[in-house]
Amino acid sequence: MSETITEPVLHQEPEAGGSRRMTLNMGPQHPSTHGVLRVVLELDGEFIEKATPEIGYLHTGIEKQCEALNWQQVITLTDRVDYLANLSNNLCYSLAVEKLLGLEIPPKAQFLRVLLAELTRINSHLVWLGTHALDMGAMTMFFLTFREREDLLRIFEMFSGQRLMTSYIRPGGLALDPPRGWEKPVKAFLADFPNKLDEYESLLNANPIWLRRTKGIGILPVEEMLEVGITGPLIRAAGIPMDARKMTPYSGYEKFDFNVPTATENDVFARYAVRMAEMRESLKIVQQALEGMPEGPTRAEAHRVVLPEREKMKTQMEALIYHFKIVTEGIAVPEGEIYQVVESPRGELGYYVVSDGSSKPLRVHMRTPSFANLQGLPNLVEKRQISDSIAIMGSLDFVLGDCDR
Amino acid sequence: MLPETLQENELAGGLAHGELTLQIEPDDILAVLEFFKRHQKFERLSTVTAVDRYPMEPRFEVVYHLQSVARNLRIRLKASVSAEIASATAVYAAANWYEREVFDLFGVVFSGHPNPKRIMMPDDWEGHPLRRDFPTHGFKYSYGEQK
Repeated sequence: MSETITEPVLHQEPEAGGSRRMTLNMGPQHPSTHGVLRVVLELDGEFIEKATPEIGYLHTGIEKQCEALNWQQVITLTDRVDYLANLSNNLCYSLAVEKLLGLEIPPKAQFLRVLLAELTRINSHLVWLGTHALDMGAMTMFFLTFREREDLLRIFEMFSGQRLMTSYIRPGGLALDPPRGWEKPVKAFLADFPNKLDEYESLLNANPIWLRRTKGIGILPVEEMLEVGITGPLIRAAGIPMDARKMTPYSGYEKFDFNVPTATENDVFARYAVRMAEMRESLKIVQQALEGMPEGPTRAEAHRVVLPEREKMKTQMEALIYHFKIVTEGIAVPEGEIYQVVESPRGELGYYVVSDGSSKPLRVHMRTPSFANLQGLPNLVEKRQISDSIAIMGSLDFVLGDCDR
Repeated sequence: MLPETLQENELAGGLAHGELTLQIEPDDILAVLEFFKRHQKFERLSTVTAVDRYPMEPRFEVVYHLQSVARNLRIRLKASVSAEIASATAVYAAANWYEREVFDLFGVVFSGHPNPKRIMMPDDWEGHPLRRDFPTHGFKYSYGEQK
């Protein structure tokens, strides 16, 4: 088991008549922390008395760098915040900037954005499922989920030319028109994936080790979850149907028919069940987006903001001038501030964007779900066994790049 | 009912892009947060952050985003401060890490915070990186000097 890797760093003298307390450093290089998270655990035997998460090992100053770049250059940084859900981040930032600019996005671009955001959700949940099950000893899951993830990464590569850092959704629409025949691999994935989900469930839902390690573990009262700021599948597994796609629809989500899966058990298993159901709902949305895909352009008509088409740039002088001005000067975004929320695979993803009217943002603050969810970690693991903390951390599904920025 | 101290101060702010912003006097922040949490069902604090308006005075805007899940509403509160404001942790526990982050990156002090330590930068770091007068490149730091 992975717990044996960390070594105790400090042995305290046993109290008179009391049990022996030990301080244990979990991480920053612990496999089940999925990145560089350090949790200082104070142990009483096998039980955790106090847990203190230490973050910041992956702090890269992305928010600072945003202030040094043009509005459209920031997109590349949003990819690198949550590297498992980069299209959700692209989308959130683009929506915020578009609101400030007052841009109208063509329906085809909106549908493609929804389609890609849902494929991103499946992609992120697949990584979560594989690594979470791996932590709990079910190694096969990792190979199976990464097999399907490969299909998704190929789809992203087909759209944007990149597997991970797509930068595909941009203020004003999409970076490129989708290539000819893009529906084919998406349809193949849609036809194939429900069987794969059944396969995962057949491996886990009757697995006694999986059930014993997840059922009834990691329960926290709903009020406390709201209080510490936990969102996403965790709060939905506690019975609150909180989902930005339904509550404040963006990018045309109101046109799609889907459910928000919830559970009431509020344990690690319920979070697993909610995420599995979410993947099925995402498939439904992708299917609807494919069937109802409108015709038309994928970029808004706004010469001063959106780069002209390559063909126009080579034949029309005005297009060339606008291209030159956008690339060299950047786009001027009117003064104002926006707090745009999207439902990322991990929960509420918010971009607070402030403009002073210039070609660079005055402030880009990212309200990332991993940061808020990790803040609830002590509440979730204290007074529980150390082996349960592995299951609980896995169920939080944090990405440290998303947390530290 | 709004707290009395708040009614005396003129409320500034308004609706822009469909988002409601209220400008709060820094001294009132706890009373206002308390009011929204207890009487208006804003059970969640989404985020606390700051904007550096250097060289304006007071230079920092501390920004709070609240959400009411029951009423499906969001609101933004802003307080202009030069250095210090009361900690919101007494009202919303979620403010803990966010205020540590604002302290770390902007140097705004939250009085009454239970754990006023840096969160992102190393504990012995000098300066506050997200201030506008902190350089993006060329800060005096090299790995060779570390012991």
